[in-house]
Order: sequence, then C-alpha cells, then structure tokens
Amino acid sequence: MTTPVSSMVLILVGSVIGSAGAIFLKSGAHAVNRHWTSIALNWRLALGIVTYLLSSVLFVKGMSKGELSVLFPLVSLGYVCTLVWSRLFFHEVITKVKLAGVGLILVGITFLSLGSH
Amino acid sequence: MTPATTAPEVHVPDPAKRKLAIFIVLACTLLVAMAQYLIKLGANRLSHAGLLATAIGIFTIPQLFAGYCLYGLFTVLFIYALRHGELSILYPLIALSYVWVTITGILAFHESMSAFKIVGVLIIICGVGVLGFGGGAGAE
Repeated sequence: MTTPVSSMVLILVGSVIGSAGAIFLKSGAHAVNRHWTSIALNWRLALGIVTYLLSSVLFVKGMSKGELSVLFPLVSLGYVCTLVWSRLFFHEVITKVKLAGVGLILVGITFLSLGSH
Repeated sequence: MTPATTAPEVHVPDPAKRKLAIFIVLACTLLVAMAQYLIKLGANRLSHAGLLATAIGIFTIPQLFAGYCLYGLFTVLFIYALRHGELSILYPLIALSYVWVTITGILAFHESMSAFKIVGVLIIICGVGVLGFGGGAGAE
C-alpha cells in the first residue's frame, strides 16, 4: 500500500487549518463572560469551530487512503504551526522548554509511525 | 487579530487555573483517542467518497457521528482550558492521544507491538511531561 500525494496534501492543509482554528477558539474563549450572548454571538468561537470541523473533514478524507505511518507525522506539523501562531497572535513566549517539549513529541510521533504498518 | 472587545487581554495567568487547564487537556486526550478510533472506523467506509459525501457521512455513519460528538465535547472543554492557559502549551499536549491510541491498539485490538512503538510512546510522554510541567514560564 502506498500513500497518494492527495492524501498527504489533505492532511497537511488540514493540520494547518486546524491549528489556525485553535487561534480563533482561544481568542473567542477570552471574550466569553456570564452573558449567554457572549457565546451565542461570539463570531470567533463560531469561526474556530467551523475551521476545526473543516480540518477534521480533510483529516477523515486524507486518512481514508494511505498509510498512517506517513500521514501521522504530517498531522503533528500542526503543533509547530501553533507555536508560531501563539507567538504572533497571543505574544506567548516560546521558551527552550516548550521547543524541547514539542521537539520530543515530533520525534516520538515519528517513531510511532515507523512502528505502525 | 485585533482584541477590540471589552478589556485589553493582558494575560495574567492564575497558576492554579493554568494547572487546571493543563489537567483538563491531558484528560481530554482520552476523549480524542476514542473519537479518532471511531472516526477511523467510519472513514474506512468513505475511501471513494468526495468531500461533500464525506461531510454528509459525518451525520449518517454512526461511528463517524459518535466520533464527532466526542470531538464536540472535547472542543467545549478545550475552549474552557484555553481561557486559562497558553495555546503554545495546551495545543501540543493533545499529542498524548497518540499514546492512548497506540496502547489501546496493542492491548485491545491486538495490533503488533514493536520497539519503535514503545520508544515512540515513551518519547511522547517525555515531551508532554516537559511541556506540561516545565513549559509554563509565562513571562521571561
């Protein structure tokens, strides 16, 4: 079984979109207060959820053809994107510890995918 | 992204709530693992479907629907966690779900165990530990 390029592109686009969705979820989450309208009229939350949903549709489509061993590591690239977004949009500090943590996770996922057939 | 709403969002993280946020996301990875398994089961029936048919399938294929309901629950909890924690920590923590998927695969579905898988699981646990327990250096 080989993994079609189309699946890889779907997963890659899906993980970038998904990590972008997390930005909207977070900025929307900060706007929530005791008023129900702060959830119902929260366009950032709505956009975040839609983006998330879209990314999972792409995931489902991408995962349906191809090997998980190739596709899994592509999913994890979303984590790297998230570090960039967090710095850009929320001015979070990217410490060496965070880089080390994400680095370990990427290596671990790559090992996992090498072990799954 | 312009924070045009009420208070300017200067994040003053409450340590207790940050810990809670991390704990919530770690617990949530169990939900994600279950959701992913169900979605994978359902997705096998969609290998020849187009993008639209895939979207419809989310509502008509029971496994996919159940998987996405779990994802929905996860999203609600994740949003709550994001209020109190850093995105750069919480999002990568979701990777712990890979560990559950792998362990469940081996124990419950008799997938083969390999040295690669064991090493991978251990490294991911280390990474999650480093992020979760050592990553929260709010401002320095």
